[in-house]
Amino acid sequence: MAIKCGVFKTTYEDDEAIWQTKVSKFWIALLIAALIAFPFVFQDSRYLLYVANSVLIAVIAAIGLNILTGFTGQISLGHGAFMGVGAYASGYFMTQLGMPFIVCVVAAGCVTAMVGMIFGIPSLRLKGLYLAIATLAAQVILEFVFVRWRDVTGGSQGMLVPPATIGGFAFSGDFKFYFLALAFTILGVMIAKNIVRTKPGRAFMAIRDRYISAEIIGVPLFQYKLISFGISSFYAGVAGSLWAHYIGIITPEHFNVMVSIQYLSMIIIGGLGSIYGSIMGALFMTLLPEGLRLLSGLFSNQYPILINIFGAIRESVFGLVIILFLIFEPDGLAARWKTIKNYWKLWPFSY
Amino acid sequence: MESILQSLISGIVVGSIYALIALGFVLIYKSTAVINFAQGELLMFGAYLCLTLVVAFKIPFWIAFFATLIAAALLGLLLERLFLRPMIGEPAISIIMLTIGLASLLQGMIHVTWGSETMVYPAIFPTEPLRFGGLVISQVYLYSIFFAGLCLVLFNLFFRFSNSGIAMRAVANDQQAAQSMGISIKKIFAIAWAIAAVVAAVGGILIGNINGVNTSLSGFGLKVFPAVILGGLDSIPGAILGGFIIGLLEALSGIYLDPIFEGGSKEVVPFIVLVVVLMIKPYGLFGTEEIEKI
Repeated sequence: MAIKCGVFKTTYEDDEAIWQTKVSKFWIALLIAALIAFPFVFQDSRYLLYVANSVLIAVIAAIGLNILTGFTGQISLGHGAFMGVGAYASGYFMTQLGMPFIVCVVAAGCVTAMVGMIFGIPSLRLKGLYLAIATLAAQVILEFVFVRWRDVTGGSQGMLVPPATIGGFAFSGDFKFYFLALAFTILGVMIAKNIVRTKPGRAFMAIRDRYISAEIIGVPLFQYKLISFGISSFYAGVAGSLWAHYIGIITPEHFNVMVSIQYLSMIIIGGLGSIYGSIMGALFMTLLPEGLRLLSGLFSNQYPILINIFGAIRESVFGLVIILFLIFEPDGLAARWKTIKNYWKLWPFSY
Repeated sequence: MESILQSLISGIVVGSIYALIALGFVLIYKSTAVINFAQGELLMFGAYLCLTLVVAFKIPFWIAFFATLIAAALLGLLLERLFLRPMIGEPAISIIMLTIGLASLLQGMIHVTWGSETMVYPAIFPTEPLRFGGLVISQVYLYSIFFAGLCLVLFNLFFRFSNSGIAMRAVANDQQAAQSMGISIKKIFAIAWAIAAVVAAVGGILIGNINGVNTSLSGFGLKVFPAVILGGLDSIPGAILGGFIIGLLEALSGIYLDPIFEGGSKEVVPFIVLVVVLMIKPYGLFGTEEIEKI
């Protein structure tokens, strides 16, 4: 199994292929095997499994946001609220209408896509900062609905959601749920990977790079912007639905503006316009607070004050990490990864 | 009727503070094309610092006030130099994210420094409310209207007649062209951030006098967005008017909508109006329309 040294592509099909080389196929297979083995190894640690599940769900939502923001160039500050729509819709469908889980997830995704497209309508005329604030308005309005529409959402008391069940098998608890989340994540990554190399995906990127030029070469702007909002919100809805069935009780605070900001920071740190970037960003941003907690736990014997101000420190570090990434690695982890890979590709003859 | 008038007046008063904070947003946007999500934190910094100077160091209020303004200006310069300057030329989303990161960083550091408990200013402005017929207005409110008006006039004159003001407008319009005309972009950015931080500090001190000081003050940054966007991101009169409109809307929805929705409509109504206005006028009421060419 020789590693290819250099670029040997001769056709566009080669260039667009998902599996660039046999070697990469092998590594991906190995990765998936490792991911499947992971919960068996750490079966006893509920904490680790919880973190892993959070990462998987975050990956799905982050991919959705990256399709909208990274690929289509439309900034959204409402992703957290869209996740909430999915979560509440899924919970409502299951508890009130008695739908099976699989139907619930898809229906929740569709409902969220509809809501996302409605809030995407202003994007036809708004650009950049104005759009960012319009999506912030979506976030605020949806949060208000979560709190006030008590008949459906349970208000600030929250809503109890039963665990996911497929064909009589309940994915309850951290261990079983992991496999469900993993399956959805892999599916989500594959679909996203394919969307971005098809016609809509290329249209998205054209709109991002220069929307006037895109329109002139025949990309219907409004249609594709709405599609992008729809797809992005669908991902958010599915992620929200999974989260609801995992956590079991959802309250409006789970979907506030901080969540939206966190997802934006994930895709920026991971890399805008990169599916792998979304994965890395989600992993990084979910592990960061956990790592900080670990550190402050270690030092809390010497400096007991750390426990009191942990929240503040976490916030500062969160801000600092975003700033440092933006200044020193604006293309995100994905770009850094590529640089490292390219270096080794030609190693030791880097000319 | 009287109670409606009363809450309308309080709406105008709250609006004047919004207008003052919105001014900070517009100043930064107008000259650097950056929307600053950390404005609320700058405000909080001003409020806390002035409070500490007055309470812990027993400095007379007006001296503390001006000391705070100087400190805020320095903070603005520092932030610009450290964080914003490396970002010149980066896309809008990166800069938005940077200021969000900045907000988070400042919030955390303020929390570490001053704790999370609400602190209260000693009575500085005369507490005796003014009465007009049956209407009662606290004097703090008059001061805030006065400051908002003062800033409006000063900055309008500044942008229209002073060299720096004209240079700032030129930089906002086209960085490259401005630079080739011999304007130092770095200097302009620094001035903009310093002024915005000062304006935010004034707003923070006023709000601190009305509501007390705690970490939720930074939420004002978020509340002011509708005001800024409604007026148009780069229009100073727009920011002032937007501030008053949002203040009034909040007061009115407090009267008419809260009984229906059991409270909380104050936070949402401005944003709903914002979306509607943006659908009709995508650059706000007075914002400059961007005309793009290939």
